[in-house]
Amino acid sequence: MDWINIAVTLIKIVVLTFMVLLPMIAYSVWAERRVAAKIQNRVGPNRTGIPFTKFGLFGLGQPIADGLKFIFKEDLTPAHVRTGYFWLAPALTMVPALMTCAVIPFGSELNIAGYKIPLVIADLNVGPLFIFAIASLSVYGIVLAGWASNSKYPFLGGVRSTSQMISYEISLGLSIVPIIMIFGELNLTEIVKWQDANGWLLFPFWGGGEFWQEALLLIPVVISFVIFTVSMFAETNRLPFDLPECETELVAGYHTEYSSMKFALFFLGEYAAMIIGSGLAVTLFLGGWSLPFGIGSELVDKPLWLGIAHFFSFLIKMIGFILFFIWVRWSLPRFRYDQLMRLGWVFFFEIALANVFLTAFILLYFN
Amino acid sequence: MAIVVKRPKLTFGEKIYLSSIAKGMMITIGHFWRALFGKGTVTMQYPEEKWDENLPEYYRGAPALVTDEQDRERCVACQLCEFICPPRAITITPEEIPSDDQWAKVEKRPQKFEIDMARCIYCGFCQEVCPEQAIFLRKDYAITGVSRDEMVHDKKKLYEIGGVREGLVNKWNKLK
Amino acid sequence: MSDDKQQGVPMVNVQIDGEWHQFPKGTRMIEACRQVQVEVPHYCYHPKLSSPGNCRMCLVEMGMPPRLAPGEEPVKDKDGHQKIGWMPRPVIACANAVAENMGIRTDSELTKACREGVMEFLLVNHPLDCPICDQAGECSLQEYSAEHGKGDSRFRDEKNKKPKNVEIGPRIRLDDERCIMCSRCIRFCAETVDDPVLGFTDRGSHTVLAVHPNQQLANDYSMNTVDICPVGALTSNDFRFQMRTWFMKETSSICTSCGRGCNTTIGSREGTVFRQTPRDNNEVNSAWMCDHGRMNYHYLNSEARLTDPMIRKNGEEAHQVVPWSKAIRFAADELLKFNASEVAVIASGRMTNEELFMTRRLIAELSVEHVDIVLRRGKADDYLVAADKNPNTAGAKLVLGLKKPGGELAAIQKGIESGEIKALVVLQENLIDDTDFTTELLGKLDFLLTTYPLANPTADDSHVVLPGAAFAEKDGTMINVTGRLQRLNKAHQGPGQTMEVWEICRDLILAIDGGNGIYGVDDVFKEMAGQIKAFAGLTLSKVGDQGLPLLKTKLTVPMLEREKERIAKGEIVG
Repeated sequence: MDWINIAVTLIKIVVLTFMVLLPMIAYSVWAERRVAAKIQNRVGPNRTGIPFTKFGLFGLGQPIADGLKFIFKEDLTPAHVRTGYFWLAPALTMVPALMTCAVIPFGSELNIAGYKIPLVIADLNVGPLFIFAIASLSVYGIVLAGWASNSKYPFLGGVRSTSQMISYEISLGLSIVPIIMIFGELNLTEIVKWQDANGWLLFPFWGGGEFWQEALLLIPVVISFVIFTVSMFAETNRLPFDLPECETELVAGYHTEYSSMKFALFFLGEYAAMIIGSGLAVTLFLGGWSLPFGIGSELVDKPLWLGIAHFFSFLIKMIGFILFFIWVRWSLPRFRYDQLMRLGWVFFFEIALANVFLTAFILLYFN
Repeated sequence: MAIVVKRPKLTFGEKIYLSSIAKGMMITIGHFWRALFGKGTVTMQYPEEKWDENLPEYYRGAPALVTDEQDRERCVACQLCEFICPPRAITITPEEIPSDDQWAKVEKRPQKFEIDMARCIYCGFCQEVCPEQAIFLRKDYAITGVSRDEMVHDKKKLYEIGGVREGLVNKWNKLK
Repeated sequence: MSDDKQQGVPMVNVQIDGEWHQFPKGTRMIEACRQVQVEVPHYCYHPKLSSPGNCRMCLVEMGMPPRLAPGEEPVKDKDGHQKIGWMPRPVIACANAVAENMGIRTDSELTKACREGVMEFLLVNHPLDCPICDQAGECSLQEYSAEHGKGDSRFRDEKNKKPKNVEIGPRIRLDDERCIMCSRCIRFCAETVDDPVLGFTDRGSHTVLAVHPNQQLANDYSMNTVDICPVGALTSNDFRFQMRTWFMKETSSICTSCGRGCNTTIGSREGTVFRQTPRDNNEVNSAWMCDHGRMNYHYLNSEARLTDPMIRKNGEEAHQVVPWSKAIRFAADELLKFNASEVAVIASGRMTNEELFMTRRLIAELSVEHVDIVLRRGKADDYLVAADKNPNTAGAKLVLGLKKPGGELAAIQKGIESGEIKALVVLQENLIDDTDFTTELLGKLDFLLTTYPLANPTADDSHVVLPGAAFAEKDGTMINVTGRLQRLNKAHQGPGQTMEVWEICRDLILAIDGGNGIYGVDDVFKEMAGQIKAFAGLTLSKVGDQGLPLLKTKLTVPMLEREKERIAKGEIVG
């Protein structure tokens, strides 16, 4: 029995990280470029398809070509860097992003021949805390990259990144406190199950639950959602908060001195963080894998199909959220650094704190 | 002197920027939506589609030397283009025109005239500064080569690109 | 214009552009203006030549106090100056001297109109040759037409045709269309070098400059006419179409072709010297230099330059190129094999004091007894050329402590012949071509080290050949025949791996002995000033652009003496 569990877990790790998450990372880069191009009335990468043929397939071969290019580029380690840390840094940004996907429930459970496989790698009781704990490690990657590069722009990028990530982690953490208070639960699987039963947190229009309490709770939930999303942008160093790499000021910021696959790890680490962020947002606010409007009810007697439907429900929501990330990036200009700090410390921190009390009040009074 | 720029007074709604953010995002998604159905995209698929016949007269392509109706090379090697060239792409070695030449009265011509097209930035300063109407930026824009040496246009190549240009001022003809 | 001659001359008050100044009586108006940084444009005026006043470019408005009626008291302003009565017509500033209470206006409407008019007349027949004219970039006509000209031409007729591209001498080309008839060249030839071969023929706008029939402008100072020509009428065959003036980096240096040490400006670009022109120094060369010295730079750009250190071990046929470190190490090891009495050093009077001083240290390091330089005697002329063809014989004598330069060479030859001298160090000399040393004699040596800028027979026979920098490629000082200490400045780094001889000596000393605390040429001079009395208290920067009198000699410069006489007579400003 134990061996089967271990084997199943290993298969889940392989499938979910290497066959779901990594391709998603690659194709979110492609999506980013295509969407950016469309927004700017361009075409974007549309030619890289099947090699030696004219089949472009909307440029779907582009991520593979990019990957090959990165692998075959000269991997340059400048003479003036701290080699050990310099090599460690890219791994330190990529690994935490991949590790966090362990607790994200990608679906309910797959019922294969009576054997129920929950679609989450590690069903931890402290899901969100685990994610924050691990995700905040990625700041070390950036700081190390900036410091080990031994060059001024990477250093400035690293310094900016540290203060930015530390600042926004506070509001990020505080913003989900009300959510956890509403769920009364820290296990992400249970949280999704709760939403499946009571309606999504942001759209509590179906399922059970008291109408008035739910309607009132929407206020703190929306506030939480806004703070969470914006902080997520800041945490993943994406525009409008991409000051650590800020091309116009810092050349390329912390990864200026990197080339080849090491650079690619930073680049992809950012997308991995974005995907995990989207996954978390979907799990906490948009019902995770649960289907809206009770659509899945006719599939109850076919548990395998229901599990697959849940999985795709989650994927579609996550992709939608990623597209939202991309959309924001190509719409909004970059913040000034002082504005960024002001927003984090003066507004979000206070609002998130007040939101906790507001939620507590609502929960207490309308219970 | 410092100029104080008056900042506009913003209302609270403007100050939190949310409405402007929403407005901006609606614009970008509008573009996205139209482009998704192939409208508004201005990209040209370069090697297949070209715009060559539409290039304007003032198009700044590769610089080249020209000869005139009398088959005289216009350049007198004054080296002003070499001087003005921002990336220092031009190198000229002047020489005296031998006395048995038809145009010996012009006295000076370039022995070597080299433009390093790997350096050229197509700014057109050379054409602008030329007192002899000898160098023009032509419409050639796809300059390729497989080595750095190949990217250097020598005098022969430059006259080949430049060709004959008519209707220029012929001040040297008036000389004895 | 030296101030000490003005001692005892009464001062006069002159108002220039509204400001009152004091000048010695007799100062030309143009010089007075120049002294207070007011530039009066001029073509024909040159301080070293007589002033015919024929270009009219220096017209200024002048005023004097009105003549008083008998018994009338002069009207004075609060500063005690009389009211100036301005003359209705302008005067030339170059040939008139200042007087008490005179007023000069160089920026009045009248002056400006005069300049504009003169410029327009000068440009009427001037060809649009600037793109091919060597003077372009340093042409007074270009400068003044930009500053004082009208900007466009009202002249619609055909320009006069005149002879172009005429060889009027072996080194000079004349373009008559460009000539503006300033007559500087005519006066220079007639007054300064006593070779009156130039003159004007024809009249009016058909006037042309020409050499007299069956004559040529061939004297040894002819190329000075190119320098003083304000336009491109006279150009040098040597510099013709070589490089535009604005590309050249100008480095103040001195000519090293004879002991005079004429002050020069080296024009070079990207490691190539294109010309040398004389630089004003009233104690050395006035404003002139000889053609031979001026053109004696071509070897710098020669294909035959040595660019890399080379060694040839015993038994090997050919030299092999090696890095400096290896060459120096090899040379030092070889030199250390011999006793002090078996080594001789032949330095050169073409080396700078700094190089000679490091040679002296090398000599001390090896305790060498046989030291000498190669003498070069030639003919002096009655102008600038000195009989001593070494630029720094005095320096070699002083720094190396030679009693009789050139006197030891015979002894060295004898020593080699007898086998007493087994190793020879030759610095910047080509013994086989320039002295009576022969290949056979040098073949008797066990070790021969040569430094020289060019490949030469002595180098062929050497075991170590080091590329030594030539004059435009080194910093340092030299002492000319009249005992003046003058500076050479480095125009550019020599070709390839070339090093200055002081650096070579420093490295040799380092290889023999270890540290010596010498890093730059300033350090060498500092140490030299500490050890040699004549240099005491001096630094390299104190020598300056004009040099310093260092040694007392009774020699004079014939050309300067004549100029002094003419200054005394008031013919020239000087």
